[in-house]
Amino acid sequence: MSLYCIQKLLYQLNRDPYTRQRYHDNFESLLEEYELTKEELGAIREGDIGLLYVMGVNGQILMHYSALIGQEWDEYIHAMKEGVKSHGPVRAGIYTLLKGSES
Amino acid sequence: MSLVFAGACSHAPGITGRSERADPKLREEFYRNLGRIRECLEAARPDALIVVAAEHFANFFMDNMPAYCMGMSDEYEGPIEDEEWLAIKRRKIPGNPDLSKRIICDVMQKIDLAYAEEWKFDHGIMVPLHFLTPRYDLPVVPVNINCQGPPLSPLHRAYELGRTLRAACDAQPERIALLGTGGMSHWPCTPDSGKINVPWDKAFLDSFIHNRREDLISYTDEEIFADAGQGGFEIRTFLTVAGATEGSTGELLFYAPIPVYAVGCTVATMAVE
Repeated sequence: MSLYCIQKLLYQLNRDPYTRQRYHDNFESLLEEYELTKEELGAIREGDIGLLYVMGVNGQILMHYSALIGQEWDEYIHAMKEGVKSHGPVRAGIYTLLKGSES
Repeated sequence: MSLVFAGACSHAPGITGRSERADPKLREEFYRNLGRIRECLEAARPDALIVVAAEHFANFFMDNMPAYCMGMSDEYEGPIEDEEWLAIKRRKIPGNPDLSKRIICDVMQKIDLAYAEEWKFDHGIMVPLHFLTPRYDLPVVPVNINCQGPPLSPLHRAYELGRTLRAACDAQPERIALLGTGGMSHWPCTPDSGKINVPWDKAFLDSFIHNRREDLISYTDEEIFADAGQGGFEIRTFLTVAGATEGSTGELLFYAPIPVYAVGCTVATMAVE
């Protein structure tokens, strides 16, 4: 459920101007509406794109959050690579589709 | 009338948003071929254009994800993304709700199709329209295939959607064009962005151009993911065009991997007989 929640927050930030306004006005109040873990809250507050990628956030959602926090495209790609170096392989979501068969 | 045009092309946001970063000669050749497909489309004198796309969490999310959805509005808006990021100015795009409704009702005889009276186009539709209908004066009927959030509709169903769309189009009085837009192998928005499996793309395109249904529907999602990345799931849009032109073959006007666009850039037409 947790990956779903964090992706939903980012999806709504990407697509809903009202949610985006709340992000600018009172981010903490917005965050209270989503069931996020301590690690997820930290990653969101810090704009830690690398960790969010490792958690399993779909890049089609994540790239827009990266743009929202002011990252250029190359910074976005770099952040994900650094995330994998720091936190290990992606843990959940679409990019782990073959995880079972690999093992 | 009937279906009067069928084609397929890529839609990656880099095609417009990062256009200047590609090799200029390659980019211009790609753009020139997008111009060729526009001329083919215009020569067919369509009354409406059905765009079969694979949107990227623009209107649909995992809280309620349709396998297939068709727009039924008199007007759409796009791009939903930042205009500067995509380098396409936000605008209204005309629709044709009456035509949409007739096609939806026909398609529903065989395919459980969702509909939407509100739809904001993302780059998946806006990039093709930028090149193919630059005056935005041709009514568009959008179709989305979920290619982003598994579980995904099986490939044989995407082909069947094309067959069913064709029958529905042929039953309408309007002249209707059909465009499929998606990528083949690509790993968009990931650390592997820019990776392209050219042999895989070429093998797929050969099956597509020769409309070999059994080959086109033979991939499993696991195979696609392993060899073509999560972006490869978008071949469903090509399969729908192949289904709509079953029995016909096509012409590959352009294919070249352009890593900074994160996709093998493709332009193709299929004969409509």
